[in-house]
Amino acid sequence: MFKGDFIDNLPKIYGLYTGGFILFTLLMAVLEQMGVGADTIGILFVAFTLVIYAGIGVLSRTMQVDAYYVAGRQVPAVFNGMATAADWMSGASFVALAGGIYFGGHGYVALVVGWTGGYILVSSLMAPYLRKFGCYTVPDFIGTRYGGNLARFCAVVVLAVASFTYVTAQINATGTIASRALGVPFELAVYIGLAGILLCSMLGGMRAVTWTQVAQYIVLIIAYLVPVFWMSNAQDFGLIPQFAYGDAVTRIGELEQTLGVGTAAADKVAGLKVLTTLHYETPGTVLHSWKFVTLVLCMMAGTASLPHILMRYFTTPSVKAARQSVAWSLFFIFLLYFTAPALATFTKLQLLDPNLATSVIGKAISEVQSLDWIQKWSQVGMLAIVDSNGDGLLQINEFFMRPDIVVLATPEIAGLPYVISGLVAAGGMAAAMSTADGLLLAIANALSHDLYYKIIDPKADTKHRLIVARVLLVVIGFAGATVAALQLTGILGAVIWAFCFACSGLFFPLVLGIWWKRANRAGAIAGMVCGFVAGTLYLWYVAPQFNGGTPWLGIDHLRFGIIGMPVSLVAMVAVSWMTPEPDAETQRMVDEIRVPKGKTVLSASH
Amino acid sequence: MSDIAKRIEHWQKTKRLMIITLALWFIFSFVVHWFANALNTMTFMNFPLGYYMAVQGSEIIFVVILFWFAYAQHKIDQDTGFAEEVN
Repeated sequence: MFKGDFIDNLPKIYGLYTGGFILFTLLMAVLEQMGVGADTIGILFVAFTLVIYAGIGVLSRTMQVDAYYVAGRQVPAVFNGMATAADWMSGASFVALAGGIYFGGHGYVALVVGWTGGYILVSSLMAPYLRKFGCYTVPDFIGTRYGGNLARFCAVVVLAVASFTYVTAQINATGTIASRALGVPFELAVYIGLAGILLCSMLGGMRAVTWTQVAQYIVLIIAYLVPVFWMSNAQDFGLIPQFAYGDAVTRIGELEQTLGVGTAAADKVAGLKVLTTLHYETPGTVLHSWKFVTLVLCMMAGTASLPHILMRYFTTPSVKAARQSVAWSLFFIFLLYFTAPALATFTKLQLLDPNLATSVIGKAISEVQSLDWIQKWSQVGMLAIVDSNGDGLLQINEFFMRPDIVVLATPEIAGLPYVISGLVAAGGMAAAMSTADGLLLAIANALSHDLYYKIIDPKADTKHRLIVARVLLVVIGFAGATVAALQLTGILGAVIWAFCFACSGLFFPLVLGIWWKRANRAGAIAGMVCGFVAGTLYLWYVAPQFNGGTPWLGIDHLRFGIIGMPVSLVAMVAVSWMTPEPDAETQRMVDEIRVPKGKTVLSASH
Repeated sequence: MSDIAKRIEHWQKTKRLMIITLALWFIFSFVVHWFANALNTMTFMNFPLGYYMAVQGSEIIFVVILFWFAYAQHKIDQDTGFAEEVN
């Protein structure tokens, strides 16, 4: 059945895998019919998928440097696209995005625009050139292009701060989902999740992470799309709901008038929200537009500077494949991102529209409180009903919930069987694990390759380097889990900060390293240090968790990249002009990366 | 044509493609969303247009731009003789 090597058989292997996963889901559905409890099904789903990922991780073990760091540079464009999509779509995208759109309306959709359009910057400005360069890590490019250990070290620091902020949020999400599905305390679930993450990445590095991420993408996209298609067809929204929810959007607009959306809640429930933002209408102010585009810009420039994404394109067989792979990545990401607003809209309509059987707003409170799903989510503190005006009816500003519910509880709101909820848990787990894997590997590789091998001990042999890389992976994983267990910030806030850190420090040093020959070492160091420090200082000034200052021009703590990036650009250009231009060899190197033909600048094994 | 002249031609064309791509990117990332409120007075497939562009329109255009960009850049590489050798 299988001729040729592993790469030739990829479509067959993942086709079988997908079929196997669907069979498993059907088996679970049969078990549910036979009376197996919901808890058991949840545990089976999460445990089964974890075992598969770990198995792939173990099978992909390697002791070769280029397999460990860049998967041997033989990942085909389409499969690398799937792996990047899993790498990219985090627990936040899977669990929190639809809920955010439900509560945040148009202003929140800026994240959807920002987290997709950034790939145009990746493709046109960065990824193909970095692939031609032949580096193992992002600081590897900075260190070689600009020369010197200080530039390399600055890049390692920015990378570590941005990725570590991000990874704690992912391990947090893994723990949240594992604790609910397996029924263990959060503090323990965090370490179970970590064990799974490390099994996927430790033995095989980038090679193992690539093949588990493809498997995780398949699970997460099935888990996200199936409930939405099922719900929409059950409620006659049409076969492909993503194209047919325009009526639902306008209907919500009408209902918002009659139900009085926008009235603040009279009571407060900690951690829960009532719906006050309109679904699609905007305030129509300049400030609203400004906040929208600044958030979009930070997320896009952050996309093009986050090392765990850029390094995925180091694994393709050619420069041409790197470009195609970026396009495939965005296609696979798009499948989820254009579904999230549809899901938010359907869920909202189901709760609001008095013509639908599922609606709760406007009904008698006693009636609503007897619903199964209301009871279940109230018990875990993710939902609350308070009759503020004492009229016995549920008003829109008396219905409190946590945004995450929109994805997690929708199957139950719509009355789908429990097997779907188990599937959603497995999908959320896959999303959080795959991103955590990519991030941990990005940090550990930068520390082992750039800090240990290039700066501390350039004479280290292969075996030594790969052992150091693995030890660092475990240490950083445990550090991340320990911080995650403290639950300092919400999942989404931490993710957005990571983008702003990355674009403040790395965006211009990367872009100008390729597109401006005159950029030199002193300029790059100034760009990284000034941008990163300015962004961080402003974050400290404005974040409610720290100083809590008044934002300038509406630039709040989610947009501090808007401060960091211009500072980085000005510092880099000014200092580059004030210092001598790079030597002839460096300029030749830049000429070489601009054309796909010929050998990579750094040798295949360096 | 000498190698240097070819390199210059390749880089000129590459830069031009980059500028066109980023101009499109700028329009669909920023300009249309700045005017979301005005666009909402129009409808597209029963969606208010401003909202549609944010939840779906821009994203579809981004995917199309990326496939087109990969094709166009490869064509530039081939025409100027800088494409990778097929192995």
